[in-house]
Amino acid sequence: MHDANANRAAQTFAPLTASAVLVNPVGLHARPSVKLTQCAKGFAAKIEIALAADGPWTDAKSPVKVMRVKAPQGATLHFRISGPDGEAALAAMLALVHDGFGEA
Amino acid sequence: MGEIHLIGHPASPGLAVGPVAVLTHAAPRGAAKGDPVQEAAALKAAIEKAAAELAELIATVHGEAAEILEFQVAMLGDDALAEGAYEAVTAGAAADEAWRAALDAEIAGYRAAEEEYFRARAADLVDIRDRVLAGLNGADATARISGDSVVMGDDISPSTFLAVDWARGGAIALAAGSPSSHVAMLARARGAPMVVGLGPLPWNGQPSLALVDGDAGTVIFDPKPETRRLFEHRMAAANAAQIAADASRLKPALTANGRRIAVLLNVAAPEDLTGLDPAICDGIGLVRTEFLFEGSRGLPGEDAQYAVYRRMLDWAAGRPVTIRTLDAGGDKPIAGLTIDGERNPFLGLRGIRLSLARPEVFRVQLRALCRAAVHGTLKVMLPMIAVPSELEHANVMLDAEFAALKAEGIACARPPLGIMVEVPAAALCAENFGAAFYSIGSNDLTQYTMAAARDIGAVADLNDAGHPAVLALIARTVEAGCKRGVEVSLCGDAAADTRLTNALLATGLTTLSVSPIAVARLKAAVAAVTT
Repeated sequence: MHDANANRAAQTFAPLTASAVLVNPVGLHARPSVKLTQCAKGFAAKIEIALAADGPWTDAKSPVKVMRVKAPQGATLHFRISGPDGEAALAAMLALVHDGFGEA
Repeated sequence: MGEIHLIGHPASPGLAVGPVAVLTHAAPRGAAKGDPVQEAAALKAAIEKAAAELAELIATVHGEAAEILEFQVAMLGDDALAEGAYEAVTAGAAADEAWRAALDAEIAGYRAAEEEYFRARAADLVDIRDRVLAGLNGADATARISGDSVVMGDDISPSTFLAVDWARGGAIALAAGSPSSHVAMLARARGAPMVVGLGPLPWNGQPSLALVDGDAGTVIFDPKPETRRLFEHRMAAANAAQIAADASRLKPALTANGRRIAVLLNVAAPEDLTGLDPAICDGIGLVRTEFLFEGSRGLPGEDAQYAVYRRMLDWAAGRPVTIRTLDAGGDKPIAGLTIDGERNPFLGLRGIRLSLARPEVFRVQLRALCRAAVHGTLKVMLPMIAVPSELEHANVMLDAEFAALKAEGIACARPPLGIMVEVPAAALCAENFGAAFYSIGSNDLTQYTMAAARDIGAVADLNDAGHPAVLALIARTVEAGCKRGVEVSLCGDAAADTRLTNALLATGLTTLSVSPIAVARLKAAVAAVTT
């Protein structure tokens, strides 16, 4: 359902992109992945992450897929977000990463 | 009810006291396989049941344990996890097979990860996998076993064992089982005391507490207060001795008269090295590569194997690392590779025999090993060698893969090729093999010499690595190594059995390879050897 919304939204809203460096001790591991996906699910926008500016992109609302990225500490996490609440979503995502998911 | 004393066989050393948890029998799949719609519904229901069980469990724990469970709930709640399984079910697979295959593929991905942290999460995925499988099979989730319990049952499967956090002080007491089973090996590696072959357990009037003595091979159910007090006194003394042994773990192993013994590590999965300081050992004496082939979705590719091998060489920081090529068959079947229904798999197509019969699989492993060899001191050993032509055949294949990689301009080196000595024929004629080194596999050497299967509890007494016949074969191999000027090591369970340290070193052995948990104990035993 999220995906359907996000796809429709993606057609109307230009994607926002930004990046942040993972500062928490062991990268995007279990707890941060759960936090990230929970936060992402709170927005209607389509939210994707990647380790490089040109992808490959991963659905930030799927903990299984986010864990498959295996992003280590020090990696730069890129976001690509499109949807009506895209700006708020981007701000929330970046805040999470900058805070080290509350464990840095 | 009075206390009940049972005598069995020691399978993993150590003392433990804890509440008794009775292992429910893994009931076979209750219903026959249905049509794809029914199977999909069964899978969906089992996943939802598992998530509900976990949610219930979260309410009873806090801190880190709760976070681990919340992670599992999040993973279970994500449709992406079961995607592959639903696809397989639509294509006609049974729900349990489909789920297992999908999760095994996911688990293999974690095990191949660069970062140690992600590799360690494989255990969570195993937990998730088995909880849903238990639901599909109509059994209670085995993960309900708390890590501080004494698990009691007829036998215990490796996956059930692995689902329990043994660092919390639990132990295992089995009616059947064998000290040489894979679970026993795992128990020794994790430091969980284990006693097998106890015979009929007191099922009537389930005991509430048990004392497990993994050194003597005895279990006491519902002990009297005085019995328990004495036992706990012994536990405290053993802990103090362990702390003293741990302190000398980083020092090299020397006998009382100054003979230097090399102590190497046995590694069954990459997670075994988690948090270990390489300074405790002189290298890795045995890397079992079977874990790479456990996933039921195809065999591991060259790159995945290379990544794992390289990581072990990186960890060893220049110390020698001996990797054993795939040792499938026997009691280690691998779907799509080993032969099903062999009448006697231990005498069938296993180890090097299987690798030579399936050159397309063997070649991939040899290529990955050549590529990894540039990152440290790699040695490669072949399991189940019986005659020199097997080694020669493997040498020719290794040369070919090395030459092919070089021609492609890929960084590679040709590792020295040695043999496992575990077939009596190889021990008796060791001198005739052009091996770069010998590594004695005492488990198989013992069972083939004594003709006592290692997973049959009734003949466990005969399966004795300290028998003069086995020691004579070991001595003969050491002699062949001396004559040919190549290294001889021993990597079976006998190396960690400190009752045998004296006898093993008396054969002239100077290199022993044991699981990480046994290093401190072995070094202490070596220090007491006066010959």
